[in-house]
Amino acid sequence: MTISVSLTVNGRPHQLDVDARRSLLDLLREQLGLTGTKKGCDHGQCGACTVHVDGKPRLSCLQFAAQLDGRDILTIEGVMSADGKLHPLQDAFIRLDAMQCGFCTSGQIMSGLALLRDYPNATPAQMRELMSGNLCRCGAYGNIINALKAVADASV
Amino acid sequence: MHPFEWVHPGDLDGALAELKGGGMLVAGGTTVLDLLKLGHPAPARMIDISRLALTDIRISESGITLGGLLSNTDAAMSHHVVSHLPAVSEAILSGASQQIRNAATIAGNLMQATRCVYFRDPRWACNRREPGSGCSAIDAVQPGHAILGTTDRCVAVHPSDLSVALAALDAVVVGRSQEGCFHQPISQFYKLPDDEGATDKCLSSASIITAVEVPTTRLTEHSGYLKLRHRASYEFASTSVAAALLVDDGVVCEIAVALGGVATIPWRSREAESLLVGRRLSAAALDAFCDRLLEGAILNEQTAYKHDLARGAVHRLIDRLASSQGAPQ
Repeated sequence: MTISVSLTVNGRPHQLDVDARRSLLDLLREQLGLTGTKKGCDHGQCGACTVHVDGKPRLSCLQFAAQLDGRDILTIEGVMSADGKLHPLQDAFIRLDAMQCGFCTSGQIMSGLALLRDYPNATPAQMRELMSGNLCRCGAYGNIINALKAVADASV
Repeated sequence: MHPFEWVHPGDLDGALAELKGGGMLVAGGTTVLDLLKLGHPAPARMIDISRLALTDIRISESGITLGGLLSNTDAAMSHHVVSHLPAVSEAILSGASQQIRNAATIAGNLMQATRCVYFRDPRWACNRREPGSGCSAIDAVQPGHAILGTTDRCVAVHPSDLSVALAALDAVVVGRSQEGCFHQPISQFYKLPDDEGATDKCLSSASIITAVEVPTTRLTEHSGYLKLRHRASYEFASTSVAAALLVDDGVVCEIAVALGGVATIPWRSREAESLLVGRRLSAAALDAFCDRLLEGAILNEQTAYKHDLARGAVHRLIDRLASSQGAPQ
């Protein structure tokens, strides 16, 4: 069964027919070609598929697309500014070496953006807790926290 | 995954009417979609209730009512919940990740399926998934399995942190069935594994949880939640404790304790609690309490660690709650 869904992705409105079984992750990657959002475990355990739904980070792999009529979705492709400038957090990830293979990075950035917005004064311990839903198998955790801290400190 | 029909009723009456015709409710959907991907049978029809207006937090003189479709994050971050029901806030925040808490609902948290590996993987026998098929876990117990409330049907641990806090705080599950409204004490909401079927809930299949009522008293204000697990975050409990404590000059006035991660349902013993009321709080008194609370535990090589872990967790949390009232044990 297909469901008709109207939603906004990175500021662009879309009218889509989606299979009732389809996850938001598969909709983004396969129907809209937005492959910056990664499929890691596909079971909500790794966080690589994190996107924002109405401003809040969620796991797109555990989200039925059929439930998203009228929702506003932000993916990693919508994070940089219109003039092509990286977001300060993306820039900090590069400067501070907060990745190795980079597969988890888009999910880390999406969770990190919410953290910086909602908890601007978070301590490194609180950052680790809030970022715990994003695994990095290369183990870049230390520099991920450093990147978050650098952006948080620069915003004060 | 087999195809299914998708309906999204506009209000609660419509949802109940749809449910009468069969199907599976979906709200946050995190567990539902996960299990379907693992090969669990798809329903013929999915009834999407995620847009129903059940997301409010209502405050009264006697308690706080959390809407059934309130997100876990919004419940945990509510200053009313943080102030009056700290155990509820701490329990929610100890569970899952921020992404899942944003999607998950209060009712869905109570209804979440067990994380037993033999339940999740449909290749194994599981009475929860398929009544009468057997229990692979009984012959191959894992460290995460239960030591209390087990039967020859099932040894799977109850997964919810929130429900453990609600058990300690005497919450009431509110809902609508085909017959009308119901108010069910959380102590009667979960049941031990039995021969009847797959569910561990005492809830008719054509019902919808609309809210959870939690009383607010001086006792609930002095509550907390402690979760111990294999890693620091984003992991299910090896043992957890929700407790509320009122002490006066070192003597226990009121106490309520529920355990998670060790039993097939949130585990509480009012008999054990009665041993402490009116007594001076001490390590020895708490040891006697733990003896009674953990009475009947069935241990094996894999799960024996939980017995000591639970005792330690109770001591630690009660000490924290007593210290905040100027009365360390």
